[in-house]
Order: sequence, then C-alpha cells, then structure tokens
Amino acid sequence: MALLRPTAILLGKELRSEFRTRELLTTTLVFVLTVLVLFSFTFDPTTAESRRFGPGLLWLALLFAGSLMLHPSFAREQANDTLAALRMAPIEPVSILASKILANLCFLLVAELFLLPVFAALYNLRLAPILGRLFLVLLLGTLALSTVGTVFSAISSQARMRELLLPLLLLPLLTPALIASTEATRGLLEDPPALSAPWTGLLAGFNIIFLTVTWLFGEYLLEE
Amino acid sequence: MGQGTATVVESTGPGRRTGAGAVETVGVALLLGFAGYAALFVAPNEFTMGLIQRIFYFHVPSAWTGFVAFTITLVASIAYLRGRNPKWDWLAVSAAEIGVAFLSVVLITGPIWAKPVWGIWWTWDARLTSTFVLWVLYVSYALLRTLVDEPERRAVVSAVFGIFAAVDIPLVYFSIWLFRTQHPQPVMGAGGSLDPRMRNVLLLCWAALLGVMLLLLRQRYRLEALRYEVEELRMEAARRGDSA
Repeated sequence: MALLRPTAILLGKELRSEFRTRELLTTTLVFVLTVLVLFSFTFDPTTAESRRFGPGLLWLALLFAGSLMLHPSFAREQANDTLAALRMAPIEPVSILASKILANLCFLLVAELFLLPVFAALYNLRLAPILGRLFLVLLLGTLALSTVGTVFSAISSQARMRELLLPLLLLPLLTPALIASTEATRGLLEDPPALSAPWTGLLAGFNIIFLTVTWLFGEYLLEE
Repeated sequence: MGQGTATVVESTGPGRRTGAGAVETVGVALLLGFAGYAALFVAPNEFTMGLIQRIFYFHVPSAWTGFVAFTITLVASIAYLRGRNPKWDWLAVSAAEIGVAFLSVVLITGPIWAKPVWGIWWTWDARLTSTFVLWVLYVSYALLRTLVDEPERRAVVSAVFGIFAAVDIPLVYFSIWLFRTQHPQPVMGAGGSLDPRMRNVLLLCWAALLGVMLLLLRQRYRLEALRYEVEELRMEAARRGDSA
C-alpha cells in the first residue's frame, strides 16, 4: 500500500531519534511515578480504596504525562524546519501523522510497561491474572491518547504558549476516553475481574472515530 | 460603533453595515418579550416545583440554541477546509463564541434551579458534567484562536480543532451518561410527559432565543469581517512601508 511503506520508514526515524536520547520515555516515567507517589500522600488509600481509586489515578497520571510529553512530537521538527523536508517528500501527508501517532503509542506503551509493576506494588494490586485483558485496555486507551495528542501537538506547535496550550486542548477532549479507560481498568481490578464490554467498546469506538477524523482532516495541519 | 469608523469602512470592506437591521432587532425583541410573558404567565404552574420551574423555559432552549451554534461551527469548519473562503472561518468563530455564551446561560440557570429543587447548587450528574466539559472544550477553541497570529494558520488549526470538538460532543454525552445519571429525563419526544401548553411555551422560547442567536451571529460575523479587513490593511501598510 502507498501509505504503509512511508509510514514504516518514518516510524523507524521517529523511534531512532527517540531511543538515541530517550527523553520522552524517561520524562514520562519519572513524571507518572511522581504523580502516583504524590497521590498516595494526598489520599492515603487503604487496599480497598486503592482498588477503587487506583485505575483513575493511573489514567489521570498517564493523561497528564501525555499532554506534556507529546508536545515535542511536532515542536522538535521546527528547530531545523525538518517538517518542510518531510512535506516535500513524495508521500501522503497522512503518513507523517500516522508515523508520529504510532511512535508516540510505542513510547507510551513502553513507559507503561515499566510503570505497571511499580503501580501494582505501590497500590497493592495483583495484576498477573488479568495481564492480557489489561494490555488490551492499555493499548486502546493509549492509542486514544496518542492519536488525539499527536494531532493536537501539530496544532499547538503553531501557536504561542504551546506547552500550556496542548493540555488545555487535549484534556477536555479526552474526557470520554479517560472515563472509559478508567472504568474498564476498574472492572478488571474487581473480584472476579471482568472486562466491561460497553467501556471497551466505547474506547474502541473513540479510536475508530478519531482515527477517521485524523485521516480525513489531519493533513490540513501539515501544510505550509 | 461611532459614525467616523463606519464611514471609513463604507468605502471598501465586507462589513459595510455595522448595526443590525432595525426591523429584525425589534422583531426579535418583541418575540423575546412575548416568550418571557408566556413563560411567566401563560404556562401552567408546575405541580411540585412551583414557580422556580419556569426557569426551564430559558434553560432548556438555551442549551438547544447552543447546540445549533456548535453545529454551525462544525459545518463552517469543514466548509472552510474544503474551500478556503475566510468567510466560513468568520462564521465558525462567531458561532462558537455565541454557543459558549448560550452554554454559560445554561450553566448559570441550572444551579439557580437546582438549589431550591435538589437542595444543592451542583452535582456531578451526567448532563451537568457533559455540558461543563463541552463549555470547556469551546472555551479552549476560543483560546486557541487568540494564540495563533497568522490569520490563515489560525483559520486552519481552529477549523480542525472545531471538527474534533464537535465529533467529541456525542462521545462526551454518551460516556458520561453511561457513567451515571440523575438529571430529569428528557421531556420532549418519546416518553415525555410535558403538558401541551408547557411544550408550546417552550418552543416559543426556543424560537425567541434562536432569533437572539441569529442577531448575535450576524453582529459577531461582521465584527470578524472588520477585524480581518483591519488586519489586511495593516499588512498592506507594512508592505508599502517596506517598499518606500
């Protein structure tokens, strides 16, 4: 397909430039850890309470982290005006967006991989029996965050006060995804664990809808 | 708008007439007065809530009018991206700001009603929360516009954001509805139990508020057109200054 190869090549470039510095990964990790620890101070939860609050804390922390960390996605192309070079390439402009969405998805998922055991230990949760289903929820929730986050980082990179603007644009829009991910995760932490069909469905629907909107209208953000 | 500025604009721009037409304004004012009278004196008294229920005749139509405004923003945003006519951008921003104004009315009249009836100003109920999220969403839209200087860039990025926001509305409502609900159930359409007189007054009030919205929209659109013209003239002046 005409879209697949350029996207794969650009994804390789995104991953290489990130893993050379690991900036996004380390800052996300440290940020989420800090927030999780601070939460436990402010609420001092018991085991039963952490079961109730834990998923919300985790997703809120991830969302805040995403709204801060996705900003460089487009902003760092500006330093040497490399976006102009990408635009000149004979490829569909959507593949630039697609590669960045996938790259951000990878970074956030790797960060979550490190965070999960810490989260489980800090909040006294047993994640081993639900790992497969939890991964599905994480994947869908993180895809929602990285899709909208990447598109909005293309928007905010063209504005003043961009670091501040991205969370303002992103957080209200992601409200449905936040609720659905939190509720789906909470269902998995209940006894017995259950994967909630309506919430997982809503998450999947959210992704399908916004991937389609991105595919239809995203390229307008890349033009000069 | 002073006489002097109006004559300057007269010669060139798109916003030739700056005042709303007197006939429409008087018409909407009369309609609004009539609707207010009907809401206060014609509609029957609600049995359990009493007088305070009458705020509903402006609360609910404001919400509907706000949705109409956001729909205009969505359509205008798509039309702008397709054809790049700046007029669609003016319409999109005008409708978005007016939608925020109407939603503010909803969010203010809601608690005024809720305090005596529910005993609390605010509850994290489905419809309240969704409306609040929606309000924040379009305030961010307005904020985004102030932070992008170049007019065409601003039009493009806010059009894309406007589309994302509009697509998000049903998702916000559905997700929060799934989350919880204790709001009075919808009174129109299937399963509604609204007295026909109440319904007629409600629709009359909606017509009046739609009229207000159209007047505001026209006014705000002209303002945006004038702003655009000023910006163009400034750039033109700067160009001439450079070449001289």
